[in-house]
Order: sequence, then C-alpha cells, then structure tokens
Amino acid sequence: MIVLVLAEHDRGTLVPAALEALTFGRGLAASMGAEVHAVTIGSVADALADELGAYGATTVHQARHEWLTDYGPDLWADAVTTLVESIAPHAVLACGTDRGNEVLAQLAARLDAPFVANVLPDDLVATGDPDAPWELTRVRWGGSLYERTALTAAVKIVSVARHAVDAELAEPTDPDGASVVITPAPFTPQIDERAPITMVRDRVEREAGVTLATAAVVVGGGRGVGSAEGFAPLEDLATLLGGVVGCSRAVTNNGWRNHSDQVGQTGTRIGADLYFACGISGAIQHWVGASGAKCILAINTDRGANIVTKADYAVIGDLHEVVPAIAAEIRARR
Amino acid sequence: MRVLVCIKRVPAPGARINVTADGLAVDTTNLGFTMSPHEECALEAGLGLVEAAGGSVTALTVGPDEAEEQLRYAASLGVHSMVLVPTDGGDWDPQRTARAITHTIGELEAAGEEPFDLVIFGNESADAGGFQVGVRVARALARPMITGIKGLEVTDTTARVRREIDGVQEVYELPLPAVLGVKEGLNLPRYPTMKGRLASRKAAVESTVVTSAPGGQAMMALLTPPEAESHLVVLGEGAAAAAAVVDVLAERGLL
Ligand SMILES: Cc1cc2nc3c(=O)[nH]c(=O)nc-3n(C[C@H](O)[C@H](O)[C@H](O)COP(=O)(O)OP(=O)(O)OC[C@H]3O[C@@H](n4cnc5c(N)ncnc54)[C@H](O)[C@@H]3O)c2cc1C
Ligand SMILES: Nc1ncnc2c1ncn2[C@@H]1O[C@H](COP(=O)(O)O)[C@@H](O)[C@H]1O
Repeated sequence: MIVLVLAEHDRGTLVPAALEALTFGRGLAASMGAEVHAVTIGSVADALADELGAYGATTVHQARHEWLTDYGPDLWADAVTTLVESIAPHAVLACGTDRGNEVLAQLAARLDAPFVANVLPDDLVATGDPDAPWELTRVRWGGSLYERTALTAAVKIVSVARHAVDAELAEPTDPDGASVVITPAPFTPQIDERAPITMVRDRVEREAGVTLATAAVVVGGGRGVGSAEGFAPLEDLATLLGGVVGCSRAVTNNGWRNHSDQVGQTGTRIGADLYFACGISGAIQHWVGASGAKCILAINTDRGANIVTKADYAVIGDLHEVVPAIAAEIRARR
Repeated sequence: MRVLVCIKRVPAPGARINVTADGLAVDTTNLGFTMSPHEECALEAGLGLVEAAGGSVTALTVGPDEAEEQLRYAASLGVHSMVLVPTDGGDWDPQRTARAITHTIGELEAAGEEPFDLVIFGNESADAGGFQVGVRVARALARPMITGIKGLEVTDTTARVRREIDGVQEVYELPLPAVLGVKEGLNLPRYPTMKGRLASRKAAVESTVVTSAPGGQAMMALLTPPEAESHLVVLGEGAAAAAAVVDVLAERGLL
C-alpha cells in the first residue's frame, strides 16, 4: 500500500510546503500501515531525493523526460498520471499551493476521480480499504469555515492546507542515526504531445525585499481612511517601523490602492508580529488574512466594530489623528 | 470574440459565518448574496475584451433559481446572455458541477457557430474553494487551462497570461480556444450603471436543465473553526493613546 506525495519544486528548489505535505503523508501512511513515496518531476529535481528521504519518503520516483525542463500543469499531471497507473497508490497528496492544487485538479480530471483541496490533519479517518470512504476536514471560505467531507475513490487525491502541518524530519530508521540513502526510482512518463503548450514561457523574479506576506509590521487601512491620499500617514508609520502598508477590499475596490496590498481571503495572508488595523471593520474575509498576525492593534471610531472585539489592543478614535500621533511619539523617543 | 464566464451565487457573510442547526448549510438569515471577487474580475475581463474586439459575453451559473440575481447583476454590467442550470437547491460537488458546465457549453457551442474563444472561471469559488471546476471543464473540452491568472493580453489567436507564485512572475501563452482561472487583482471591476440595471430586469435568462451524476466527494457537515479567546486591552481614546501604543511597540521589540 502506497501514499504518494508530489514534491513540488521550482526548477529544482523544493517549496517549503512540500515538506508539510510529506509530513502529513507520513502520518497518514503510518495510520494505514502504508509506505510513503515521493515523486519529483524533471531531472532538475533529482538532487532532492535525499532531503525527501530525510522527511520520510522511502522511495523517490523521478520523472525524467526531455520535455520536463520547467513547470507546466499538463506536463506535471501527465507525469504523475503515468506513475499512478504503474504503482497504483491508495492516495496522492500535494501541498495546497497554486501549483499543487492545479496539478492535482488536472490529475483528478484525467482519472475522473474526486479531488479534495486544502485538507487539515484534524480527525482524519482513513483506511487502506479502497472501497471505504475517508472522512476529512477541509477549509472553506479561505479558512473561515471547516467542512467534514466523505471521499469515495479508488485513488484518494488530496491537497494539504498550507501551514496546517509543521514539517518534521522523520525518525532515522538506522539505529546509528546515520541518514538513510535513498535509491531513486527513475521512470519515463507518457506525455501527451499537447502538454508542452501550457509550459511556463517566461518568468520574472521579483526583487527581494519586504513583502506584505513576510513583513514584521503591517499598517492596514480600510474604508475609514477615506481616500488614496489618506494613506500618507499610514505609509509614514510603516516606513518608521520598517514595515509595509496593507488594506481592505473596500480600499482596492475604490481604486485607492493596488490589489497587491489587499489582506484577506482573496488577497494576501499576513504573518506579521504586529498588524495595525486602521478604519477596518474586520469582516470575516478580511480577518482570515489578518489573523495570522501575532498581535493585532485596531484603531477605530466604533468600539463595537468586529475587529476591535477580536483585537489584542485597540485605540478608540479617528485614525487621522491617532496614526500621526503614534508616528510623532516614535520620533520623539528615538 | 465569444467569451463565457462561470459565476457562482454565494452568501455574503459579515462578521462571522453561522451554520444552520442541522450543520449542513450556512445560515443565510439576514444575509445578502454575491459571487467571488475572482468571478467579478472574470466578468470584467470578458466585458473588456469584447468592448475592444467585438463579440459577446455569456454568463453561466449552476445553482438554485435564486441565482438569477447574480446573472442579472452580470447583465447590468453589460453581459449579453445568461444561462442558469438549476440544481435542486443544494450545493453540487465539483465533479457534478463541472459535468453540468461542460455539457451546457457543448450545447451552447452547438447552437452558436463557433466555440467560445475563452471560457473564464474564478480561481476558486468563494464558499467551497474546491480549486478544480474550471480545470475539469477545460480537460473535458480538451482546451489548455492555466489558473491563478493576474495578467491577461489577448490577440486573435492567443492569450498571454501572467501569474505570481512565491517571488516569481510566470508567463504562459495559450492558443485559443482556451480556459482561464483568474484571480482578483486582474482588473478593477466596473459597477452597474442605472441604465444597465434597468435593462437587466427585462433581459431573458435561459434555463437549461442538465442531469449530472454526483461525484466522489460528499459534504457531511459544516463546522465553525475554534476562535481564539480575545484578550482585548483598550489603550485609550484618540491621539492621547499614542504613548501607550508606542509602549506596546517597545515591549514587543518593534521600536
Ligand atoms: C468572497 C468574498 C471575499 C472577500 N475577500 C476580501 C479580502 O480578501 N479582503 C478584504 O478586506 N475584504 C474582502 N471581502 C470584503 C469584506 O466582506 C468587506 O466588505 C471589507 O473587508 C470591508 O472593508 P472595510 O473594513 O475597509 O470597510 P467597512 O466595513 O466599511 O469598515 C470601515 C470601518 O472603518 C471605521 N471608520 C470609519 N471612519 C473612521 C475613522 N475616521 N477613524 C477610524 N475608524 C473609522 C468604521 O467604524 C468601520 O469599522 C470579501 C468579500 C467576499 C464576499
Ligand atoms: N455552481 C457553479 N456555477 C457556475 N460556476 C461555478 C460553480 N461552481 C464553481 N464554478 C466556477 O468554477 C470556479 C472554481 O470553483 P471551485 O472549483 O469550486 O473552487 C469558480 O470560481 C466559478 O468560476
């Protein structure tokens, strides 16, 4: 019995979420008495085998083909389909990233099988009996609601919600603790001649720097900011703290800021040490993007606003007065 | 240019999502309804292309009869025709939804002379977030498909699309006819005009009944995620609270 994990990589660099999926797969396989295998796509990823072994893969399948030089959903899905047809795994997992979900959806479409996206490790009921349904918990509404779902399929195709599992190294199987050397299992996939059509054509690396997702401080503004110009004091505060400005959808919808600044279900999830939420009511679709912040400080005229009741700290008042006063106080203390 | 856009009616919850007593649905008492922002951008993309190149945009939804509201909203923006595939009221699983959409596209294309140059989906539905209906339809139609799209340029023969994955912008080039899964940020969707609103009331909604078999994923229950306990500290009112705010920054090593 095999649980197969797609090891997502970008031109040979493993994405961190792939190790979350592998850790999830290891737990799942242990509960079913199955083996965990990983698959990498393209020779550029051959070097990943040892790392995947360290995270518990006992076999690493390597798709090798002259067309597999970069990512493409059809190329990758064709490669995984070939492997599924040859080793008949009980389950195929990937991380719930754009690429992970895209490849699994393509795989499911090829196999005419169901695909359950963004599953959590909670209360998983899985058996090795191919006829028995699994019971899974998955996220809806970008994480604002959970769903218990029954999955009935010969091959269970599941993606693992991001940040739901911490990637953990496997216990070394060798009693001396020596790292296990993985013997790779290369294979030549059957790739449709039309598959290269959807391969990446071109790419532009973004400049390294603080992004909304990784900034330590985010100063967020909502409808209460009132205008595009109204963001100047928020920019100033963010710059003082080495952070960035974020916003709500009300702001992007009004054209006050670019969507790349939007925090929430259809924007960015932040992981800041501190999030200032200024003139934002805290709708659930905004909250789901903000709640990853370790500390939330709301500035709002309305003591009853949802963001205020959920925040760690609040200042009740007009953000147009409070935000400049905070910046002035920081300057005075430095 | 013939464009089809797939939209889904969903409730528009505010501060929290409540579940009905039987645990099988979102409690929509006092809630309005909407569609995903991604799908609003899909409509905008279709309308923009047709304004520039001529042609028509069709909006398609699989849902309860009430989903006519979302189709009429699309019409008020300028969509030319609307198709509703009625469900029994409940939410269909992704395979079933995809089969119904594929079948309906087949019928619409058989009735028109040409295939849709573009079929545009949201990247994921607002409520279910299955990340798959568009991919399944594309595969069934044997058309190229890319998800996560945040940039789009269309010529007579190709769609050049852009998307972002961690730190990298990727570019793809799809020959038409193609299928796209788009994300909010692709464009800034327009609002309906008064004239559009009035016209949309009278526009015809075509209803096409499709029998579509359920797939292998069945929702058993909805659960509200555990909420972290709140430990709100009110630091004060107005500008006078600035000193207390900066104390918090200092405590957290952020000064
Ligand atoms: C499927 C779906 C996805 C969505 N995705 C997102 C998303 O990704 N991100 C997102 O943000 N939203 C999203 N939304 C929209 C969301 O539901 C809300 O409409 C939006 O977050 C509201 O923005 P807001 O808080 O700025 O505005 P409002 O709700 O209007 O709140 C404004 C707040 O500002 C306060 N205020 C006003 N003036 C002042 C002042 N002078 N000083 C201090 N406070 C003041 C008010 O008391 C109020 O609390 C989504 C909606 C749907 C249906
Ligand atoms: N019931 C539906 N009716 C019309 N389009 C739908 C429906 N469900 C999903 N879609 C489309 O498919 C996209 C992806 O949905 P999903 O696979 O549920 O995340 C959505 O953004 C819509 O464009």
